[in-house]
Amino acid sequence: MRAEAKLGLALLLTPLLMWLSLLIFIPHVDVFLVSLRERVGVGQYQISFANYLTFFQEPLYLWTFLRTAVMSSLATVMTLIIAFPVSYYIAKMIKGRAQSALFLLCLVPFWVSELVRTFGWMILLRETGVISNVLQYLGLVDGPVEMLYNDGAIMIGLVYTSMLFMVVPLVTTLESLPDEVIEAGYDLGGNGISVLREIIVPHAMPGIVSGCIVVFMLSLGNYLTPTMLGGKESLWFTELIYSQFIVRFNWELGAAFGFMLLILSSAIVWGMLKLTGQSLEKTMG
Amino acid sequence: MTADLECIDLEKRFGDTTAVDRVSFSVPQGSFFSILGPSGCGKTTIMRMIAGFLDPSDGDILIKGKSVLDVAPNKRPVNMVFQHLALFPMMNIADNIGYGLRRAGMGKAEISRKVDEALDRIGLPGIGARKVDELSGGQKQRVAIARCMVLEPDVLLLDEPLGALDLKLRERMKVELKALQSAFDTTFVYITHDQSEALVMSDNIAVMNEGRFEQVGTARDLYYRPDTAFVAGFVGDSNRWRGRVTKLDGQNLELQSDTGMPLRGAIQGRTLNLGDVADVFVRPEAIKIAHAKDDLSHFDNQLSGKVTSLLFNGAASRVIVATDTGHGEVEVNLPQSGEFADLVKGSDVHIGWGSDHGNCFAAEAS
Repeated sequence: MRAEAKLGLALLLTPLLMWLSLLIFIPHVDVFLVSLRERVGVGQYQISFANYLTFFQEPLYLWTFLRTAVMSSLATVMTLIIAFPVSYYIAKMIKGRAQSALFLLCLVPFWVSELVRTFGWMILLRETGVISNVLQYLGLVDGPVEMLYNDGAIMIGLVYTSMLFMVVPLVTTLESLPDEVIEAGYDLGGNGISVLREIIVPHAMPGIVSGCIVVFMLSLGNYLTPTMLGGKESLWFTELIYSQFIVRFNWELGAAFGFMLLILSSAIVWGMLKLTGQSLEKTMG
Repeated sequence: MTADLECIDLEKRFGDTTAVDRVSFSVPQGSFFSILGPSGCGKTTIMRMIAGFLDPSDGDILIKGKSVLDVAPNKRPVNMVFQHLALFPMMNIADNIGYGLRRAGMGKAEISRKVDEALDRIGLPGIGARKVDELSGGQKQRVAIARCMVLEPDVLLLDEPLGALDLKLRERMKVELKALQSAFDTTFVYITHDQSEALVMSDNIAVMNEGRFEQVGTARDLYYRPDTAFVAGFVGDSNRWRGRVTKLDGQNLELQSDTGMPLRGAIQGRTLNLGDVADVFVRPEAIKIAHAKDDLSHFDNQLSGKVTSLLFNGAASRVIVATDTGHGEVEVNLPQSGEFADLVKGSDVHIGWGSDHGNCFAAEAS
């Protein structure tokens, strides 16, 4: 009986373990090993930290690295600010069919591929695009306006892409807050701001943090949006990794970049959890 | 003396339905007022209008003589204990109780002094640092009341706060709530669908049905002198028969029940005419049970029958008696003297009651 149970457990765990080891653990170990290789001759390698040294010595790399981190954080904050009222409205202000309908509306854009969605933004924002034409038609501007290929366009793209991943955890946590508790907050003398600060936000904290982690990771690792919407000056760290691997065929440096990105995102997520006093179990569980 | 709380022709309509229909009442300072009614009768709507979460469609609400219709819920001198208490789970007990004081802008030292005082008052000193979910149901209850009472409201509203507790605790909290109310000397307005909660605690009770107040009075009034058939049926248990009036004699009347049983009852000042369809309500404890017919000779309602069921429930034990004439069944309380301890199913008994215990009401068309 015990042996059978053990076999059952092993069989059940096998797909998970295979997935974890084959697709996550082994590739990462391999990438890490690659990142530690330095090419000293044709087909000759030695172990060194040269790739990481290159990363720290080249200002463009460091600058892009920081830029990516700051802009991803900014995109996360903006997503939160936009998604919170939306989620609150869906979770608390409306009931029944309208609630499901609105929730579905948030989901609809995700039925088409990210590529198509990003092209949608290009149609809107480009020089000959919808917004530019409308502005000209209304007489607000004299000539065509280019709104594409800058950091603002990247921001719009990132926030738009990430919205759902913020709305879902927020709606879930906000729905679990009884209306009574909010009413009690008002009844005992609180106004809108203090009820939000002392009751709603503390209650929604696990949802806020888990939404922020997901959105931040998605923005940091996003390749398509910054590449398509950003201009020449708007470099994204994933673009550097791509160019090392594919354009320069320098797998060693690309692997080192990849590892730096992993360390960066882990460090920022850890810092955010510490700052808000949340734990990973609490936010994900 | 102005009343602490006064509602004048209060009305609330939701679309075509009228949830609260021209309700007026006033609650004197320091008294315990209950609104008793079945679920969906509109009592929660009244409470939410007083607290300010709903605007009345018509009428006025006065607190200490001043209309509060234009006052936002967070500015009203009224606080509410919610059905599920609504303690703030993200705060500890002291912060929960101090929340209202912080909002009022009181100093830290003053707040902590007041919080300690309130915790002493509810008999839970030193629990300030605990989390909400570490408390038992009864303790949460008391914290929820303390959280409101530190603000010294003119009126405390309680929305079925005992509903979530188990029976034993509920019985204890009834006594405790009443004690807290006299300790704080604040006006309590309590809504419930549980008649025993209302009867035990209240100075005055309003029985509400379908948006209207059927009767406002003391527990005793409601129990012994119900004004309407609804009150008679809702408050306490009753035997209820429907019949046609066959004879009128001042305040007393005779009627023939639909099953053919002759009954005598009293109209207590209500108008009923010969041939009207009427309902008679007789409380099980008003009916006397006897082994010999002679013991009941002074009652003008007398029946003989057989016991069909024994419902043992301690002090509230009852028997159901089927009349020999086959006209129906009567629920009768057993006296506690032990005289009827040998009663078994099928025993022959005699029952009787005075006509003044038979409250008659004109039957509502149904």
